[in-house]
Amino acid sequence: MSDTHAHSVAFVRTEQVPPSPPPFTTSGPIKWSRDNLFSTPFYTVLTIAAVYVIYLILGNTLPWIFNGVWGTSSLAECREVLDGVSGGCFSVLTERWNQLLFGFKYPPDQYWRPGLTFVLFFAAAAPVLFFRLPRQLLLFTAVFPFLAYYLIWGGTILTPILAMVGFAAGYMVYQRFVAGSFAAGFFGGIAAAFVVWIIGGMLIPDSANENALLSAVPSRDLGGFMLNMMLGVACVSLSVPLGIALALGRQSDMPLIKWICVIFIEFIRGVPLITLLFVASVMLAYFFPPNTTTDLFLRVVIMITMFSSAYIAEVIRGGLAALPRGQYEAADSLGLDYAQAMRLIILPQALKISIPGIVNVAVGLFKDTTLVSVISMFDLLGMIRGPILASTEWNGVYWELLGFAALLFFVVCYGISQYSQWLERQLATDHR
Amino acid sequence: MKKSVFFGALAFTGMAAGVAAAGTLDDVKARGKLNCGVTTGLVGFAAPDANGEWEGFDVAVCRAVAAAVLGDGSAVEFVPTTGKTRFTALASGEIDMLARNTTWTFSRDVDLKFEFVGINYYDGQGFMVPKELGVSSAKELDGATVCIQTGTTTELNLADFFRSNNISYEPVPIETNAEAQQQYLAGACDVYTTDASGLAATRATFEAPGDHVVLPEIISKEPLGPLVRHGDHEWGDVVRWTLNALIAAEELGVTSVNMAEMAAGTNNPEINRLLGTEGTLGEMLGLDADWAKNALSVSGNYGEVFEANIGEATSIGLARGLNAQWTDGGLLYAPPFR
Amino acid sequence: MTTITDPPQGAFRLSMLINDTRYRSYTFQFIALIVLIASAAFLMSNLFANLSAAGLNISYEFLRSPAGYDINQTLVEYTSQSTNARAALVGILNTLLVAFLACVTATVFGVIAGVLRLSNNWLVSKLMSFYVEIFRNIPVLIWIIIIFTIMIAVLPGPRAFRGDDPAASMVFDAIAFTNRGVYIPAPVWGPGSLVVVGAFLLSIVGVFAYRRYATKLLYDTGRLLPMGWPSLAILFVPTLLVYFALGMPIGLEYPELKGFNFSGGIKVGGPLIALWFALSIYTGAFIAENVRAGIQAISKGQTEAAGALGLRSGRIMNLVVLPQALRVIIPPLISQYLNITKNSSLAIAVGYADVTATLGGITLNQTGRAIECVLLLMLFYLTISLSISAIMNVYNNSVKLKER
Repeated sequence: MSDTHAHSVAFVRTEQVPPSPPPFTTSGPIKWSRDNLFSTPFYTVLTIAAVYVIYLILGNTLPWIFNGVWGTSSLAECREVLDGVSGGCFSVLTERWNQLLFGFKYPPDQYWRPGLTFVLFFAAAAPVLFFRLPRQLLLFTAVFPFLAYYLIWGGTILTPILAMVGFAAGYMVYQRFVAGSFAAGFFGGIAAAFVVWIIGGMLIPDSANENALLSAVPSRDLGGFMLNMMLGVACVSLSVPLGIALALGRQSDMPLIKWICVIFIEFIRGVPLITLLFVASVMLAYFFPPNTTTDLFLRVVIMITMFSSAYIAEVIRGGLAALPRGQYEAADSLGLDYAQAMRLIILPQALKISIPGIVNVAVGLFKDTTLVSVISMFDLLGMIRGPILASTEWNGVYWELLGFAALLFFVVCYGISQYSQWLERQLATDHR
Repeated sequence: MKKSVFFGALAFTGMAAGVAAAGTLDDVKARGKLNCGVTTGLVGFAAPDANGEWEGFDVAVCRAVAAAVLGDGSAVEFVPTTGKTRFTALASGEIDMLARNTTWTFSRDVDLKFEFVGINYYDGQGFMVPKELGVSSAKELDGATVCIQTGTTTELNLADFFRSNNISYEPVPIETNAEAQQQYLAGACDVYTTDASGLAATRATFEAPGDHVVLPEIISKEPLGPLVRHGDHEWGDVVRWTLNALIAAEELGVTSVNMAEMAAGTNNPEINRLLGTEGTLGEMLGLDADWAKNALSVSGNYGEVFEANIGEATSIGLARGLNAQWTDGGLLYAPPFR
Repeated sequence: MTTITDPPQGAFRLSMLINDTRYRSYTFQFIALIVLIASAAFLMSNLFANLSAAGLNISYEFLRSPAGYDINQTLVEYTSQSTNARAALVGILNTLLVAFLACVTATVFGVIAGVLRLSNNWLVSKLMSFYVEIFRNIPVLIWIIIIFTIMIAVLPGPRAFRGDDPAASMVFDAIAFTNRGVYIPAPVWGPGSLVVVGAFLLSIVGVFAYRRYATKLLYDTGRLLPMGWPSLAILFVPTLLVYFALGMPIGLEYPELKGFNFSGGIKVGGPLIALWFALSIYTGAFIAENVRAGIQAISKGQTEAAGALGLRSGRIMNLVVLPQALRVIIPPLISQYLNITKNSSLAIAVGYADVTATLGGITLNQTGRAIECVLLLMLFYLTISLSISAIMNVYNNSVKLKER
């Protein structure tokens, strides 16, 4: 049609009109906010409510934070500086910084030791957390526990070396015999380690601690956030092997072993951690041989490890159950025995899918280490509720201290949970 | 049992210490340290200062015992205990003595099998109220909300007092002193009750101590003193007589200032026996002859310890009251040193 | 051990105990049994040796002696002269109360936050993920203390209500929010109030009957009866009629300031509120994540299919998505309920008299019976946990997808 009348009709355009921009209200930030903030009346109300909530929170906290006082040496002085204006007395953080991080008894000239341990911890944890890193780094991870023990507790270097030699001896015996039978290798390894420790324990003189390079620090002197970190890391790493054993035991065909594991797991999961800590603080001492005393730190580590191993066992049991039946059958058809099948086929896969769950347990456990403040250990929260708030200078500074504790935990736990989500994406091999 | 097999394996952690089975005195000497149980923090009695050094009235007793036994007042490992853990810590041998403002009661002495070796502070439970309430007697507290710091015999005394006066109240038990006073200051309770000494210590830390009054009623007897395990009498004697030495020294006028002079020998035979220049009292206890001199050299006699930690010159500002020497109308009365 | 007393046919060699799979499991179990008995014997002998050395014994006699202390929130009759067992019972009931309340509100918080986090409203969903992250990553003990501190710092004390020009006043002259708790009016039951309550209960039955009838009518004839306002009417109109006809037999007793505190009305204690709120908002963040995961687990096709059938979005949620999502949500929800119960043991931090504070706190302090108290405490929590899991497992099985 246009062909025939193309030239005769002057008002017909010959070229396309350039597209006019979309209406002002359907593009850019306006469209975005209409879609995302004010799409329905209900959402509009929600948005306004949310803005109001944010205003309330920020309106109260921001001036308080920005008016904060950092340099005074007591609350009274800080109140004088503030002179009635709303503001935080953050000077408690600067003044008690070392106490918050290391507790009040750790020798101040030795603070570099836990600091160095903390840095090395990342190097040791990296190969476990990131599979792409060269596997040789695991060697450092294996050495790290002994190094960390030596750095933090100090004393004679013979003790951690002896412990390490024991483990090395056990590992060598295990390697030597595992080809024949796993049981022989395993129990032989344990026996070899114990032989080394007992003989070595008699060789180390009692006075070895006195002239040590790093002065010995009793574990009662540990405290602050360092104590939370140490309890968290130590208990989680100790409870993973225990959790694997419990999970395998719970799946076992042997009724006695199965029931021992089931009762243990269900018992631990059925009681609150605080009662287990009461056990550590008021009961466990009675269960050790007469006339010996065991450090509160060690008793707490034992109870928290038991606690987290039960939870980790359940996570790993989930991982084991998630493996297709065919994997077990394939292992059987290759003629592998139980130990070989578990070691070579089942556990590597099951553990891999359990890692996000284990990380979640670890985060929960790390948060729960604050409960030790209830049984008179001076962890971060214990320092705050005990010595700092009880002192004449800082009696009454709640918000700054609690906020600081919350922030510290948030940073660590949020970091770990972000790692866990990243890992989950890495491990997601199925395409849903 | 020097080292059991189990502990042989555990000993590599360096955290499990095998202890020879003899008496506590020998243990302490062998260890070179005294393990002393204290509170987790009560200003004036036992609290770590900004440098982490424990100081206070109870702490001074620990240091005196350490000095008497080991000759060094700093050879003390302070073990913070809560109301819950203190008795287990002592019974299980984690600590050698407990100096944690613990009230001497019948059932603790007899049923729990502890030995109270003496009384270092005569206390009593009191009440603190804000001045603006206009309360002048505890009997006017009908219907009040009472914040209690749990752990001592406080709850029981309180229940008895209100019951016998036939008035009602609402208890709010709080674990730590800091949280209890936070509630009290915010008005979440009308009254704060704990030992009168603790009230004074707490009031001293307030922003405006003058706005609060401690009521005149003292509703209980709280004889606070160090305690040890039942059955180990030699150790009990050491702690008992170290405490007595502090008290007797004040009565006899031996202070940290004039001690060196007096130790050279005086005309008073009791002072000579106390300071070890005459007689064999130290030997009888299984200690050095100058045990009491060592104990006194840490922070002086009872009166000096009192003044330095909780006395009227300090922020806590307690008067001697019942804790004056018997010669001054108080209750402190050390048996003779002979 | 059966393998030794009753050897199998044929030559039996000792090495078969390790290498023959028929016997190996017996060997291992035997070893495990020996180790178990040995370690139990070791621990027990230590315990008795230590106790006799300290001159102590294990005795539960203290449960029968008077407790001697008072408790601020008692659901059953209790005075300071009641026994320690009674005090433990008061604590148990308080634990159950706060756990139950917190479970209910945590579910509400969690479902709201979980659904809102998936909403299209950018601001709200960001705010909700902020809420979830901040509560999940900070220890519950810190939250309990923070919330309690906020409560006693923000709310006025009863003193603020006094005077001619009080700094605080009661809401509607009926409810007083103080930092010691919330005081609400208490009902006063006059004669004839039973009839009113009966009428109300009957109305509830009536609402269900009406709804069932309406559904039946819809399925049978396709006629859609209105649901909302008739239900409300059935619920309230008869009750109100009876209430006024009988001359208003149920009155309200308002709290009023008397002496140091408010008296009259019902007091919901401050520690209870703080603990309740802290536990619900903390656990709510976890439940929100479970709810979100549950909803996201339902494949998009289900929503689209329901949309293709012409269902409105509200009905898609109620009839299609949620019933399926519940199957995913329920198991983690159970463990969150268990966590609430266990976390309620932190009540001591705010002075709430739960079982950890009575039996495991003051009773333990006063009697010094540490072993007995802690064992009883663990026994109680174990019983609660196992029963909650048992009940919830029954429910879980009933909604489980029947696989064929």
